[in-house]
Amino acid sequence: MATDVHGPVTLQKGATAQQTTATGRPHPTTRASAVRVQGLTRSFDGRAVIDDLQLDVRPGEFVALLGRSGCGKSTLLRILAGLDRDIEGTVLVPRRKAVAFQAPRLMPWKKVWRNVLLGLPGKPERAAAEQALTEVGLTHRANAWPKTLSGGEAQRASLARALVREPDLLLLDEPFGALDALTRIKAQRLVGELWRRRGCAVLLVTHDVEEAVLLADRVLVMDGGVIAYETQVDLDRPRDIADPRFAELRAGLLERLGVDTVA
Amino acid sequence: MSISHAPPGPSEPDISDISKSGAAQPAPPDLVPIVPLSTRRTRVPRWLRRTSGPLLLLALWQLLSSTGVLSPDILASPGTIARVGGNLIADGSLPNAMGVSLQRVAVGLLLGTLVGTGLALVSGLFQIGEDLVDASVQMLRTVPFVGLIPLFIIWFGIGEAPKIAIITLGVSFPLYLNVYAGIRGVDSQLIEAGESLGLSRWGLVRHVVLPGALPGAMTGLRYSLGIAWLALVFAEQINADAGIGFLMVQARDFLRTDVIVVCLIVYAFLGLLADFIVRSLERLLLQWRPTFTGR
Ligand SMILES: Nc1ncnc2c1ncn2[C@@H]1O[C@H](COP(=O)(O)OP(=O)(O)OP(=O)(O)O)[C@@H](O)[C@H]1O
Ligand SMILES: [Mg+2]
Repeated sequence: MATDVHGPVTLQKGATAQQTTATGRPHPTTRASAVRVQGLTRSFDGRAVIDDLQLDVRPGEFVALLGRSGCGKSTLLRILAGLDRDIEGTVLVPRRKAVAFQAPRLMPWKKVWRNVLLGLPGKPERAAAEQALTEVGLTHRANAWPKTLSGGEAQRASLARALVREPDLLLLDEPFGALDALTRIKAQRLVGELWRRRGCAVLLVTHDVEEAVLLADRVLVMDGGVIAYETQVDLDRPRDIADPRFAELRAGLLERLGVDTVA
Repeated sequence: MSISHAPPGPSEPDISDISKSGAAQPAPPDLVPIVPLSTRRTRVPRWLRRTSGPLLLLALWQLLSSTGVLSPDILASPGTIARVGGNLIADGSLPNAMGVSLQRVAVGLLLGTLVGTGLALVSGLFQIGEDLVDASVQMLRTVPFVGLIPLFIIWFGIGEAPKIAIITLGVSFPLYLNVYAGIRGVDSQLIEAGESLGLSRWGLVRHVVLPGALPGAMTGLRYSLGIAWLALVFAEQINADAGIGFLMVQARDFLRTDVIVVCLIVYAFLGLLADFIVRSLERLLLQWRPTFTGR
């Protein structure tokens, strides 16, 4: 079902199919974009939630997507994941992409390691799952049932499941939304580290401005069905929340989101 | 349980806030210990607790019989029944009848499972299947299947076929309903997750839809087993020349309440055995389920 939607998601309108030789793992420099979206429109019952949206993501770039609740962030992410194809416009995404949702969505009837391998082509070895689980620090839970995992563990298992696919594009929809503050900081660090190691493009949907500035190369703000604002984050990594430039960026974004800040 | 819902973060309990700001020291609250499970639990093993109910019932029965409250014409005492049962086993008629009956149930159950699950898969997985199959099944299932026995005898004669057909029919409906509901009850978020992982259509069915429908299927199987025994009793009381039902009809003609009771007990035990098998299956197949298991 999902295997046939890779590459161009659909080309209902303006079918200008760009070259995307997404076979294998091409070197980042041979390809201009990891995501290319032009004139994307998605309507629910005649109401355009996404309205003529343009978006480009470079290979290996970490992009955070902010926006008011209900502005269409999840809708955009689902379109990029190929889960929603009732669209108009051009959407080009890499063949290898992976999603981690806000809820971990592990299959409760499969042990953790089987969840990680689910959907991989061929007959993958358990070792592959264990390697991915090691990356997220869950080796010891490989043989557990999902119901026995803590919230943070389940979220990390879901991340391992995304990573084992070696994606060129990793789509994250508020993956830390349900975590407590401490686990959240750890999970953010983990994602930052994994991204650095893997070098895949990441699109992170989040409500947390601080998280966006902490992790992303570029922060987008969605409003009115388009990317209404974007800012480059040129701070050195690892980033320091106490840095005045950090606070400045955060204040600017909060203002964009319609939140008054006490300077 | 409620302990885990304490406010997150390093907040102090309310009490200290009050005592800091308040002028009068409030009286300390009464503290109650949380009793750990291990000391609260009785040490009686589970199987003993489960069997004690029927055993008590049996003792009561024996008591009523030996005190003469229950006359042997109405209901024989457990002691008599045990003896009669022993005789029936010794002369081979009971094992023989059980073999025949068990075979009928097994074949009927197998066919019914195939038909019920097959139809449920067709209408659960495909919309066109639902449109074609579901309405007809919903209509047919309201017909009391026992009422079809005369018709089946005319169609299939008086051999094994009408008996197995009745069991098959009775078994199919609960399985159909529960498997269908199970399939349609699978979380669409999991389907979506499976899709995003690149599962093919068949992969989705195999790894997401069918395991998700399994709890429903097990419920259906339980119902089906109950109905299978019921259908067996009906089927065997007409035109049978072997089986437990036949033994009962014979006993009725000779007014042998003791033999009838033996047969009923055999039915009960076979039912218990079937339930045990389903329970074991559930424990094995549904161990992943994060559900309430009772206290
Ligand atoms: N299947 C649907 N049918 C109708 N309307 C929908 C559907 N899915 C989403 N919408 C609408 O589209 C809008 C955007 O939804 P979306 O889930 O993308 O919001 P979001 O930006 O992710 O919000 P949040 O931050 O709260 O998760 C909302 O107004 C929502 O009501
Ligand atoms: Mg959302």
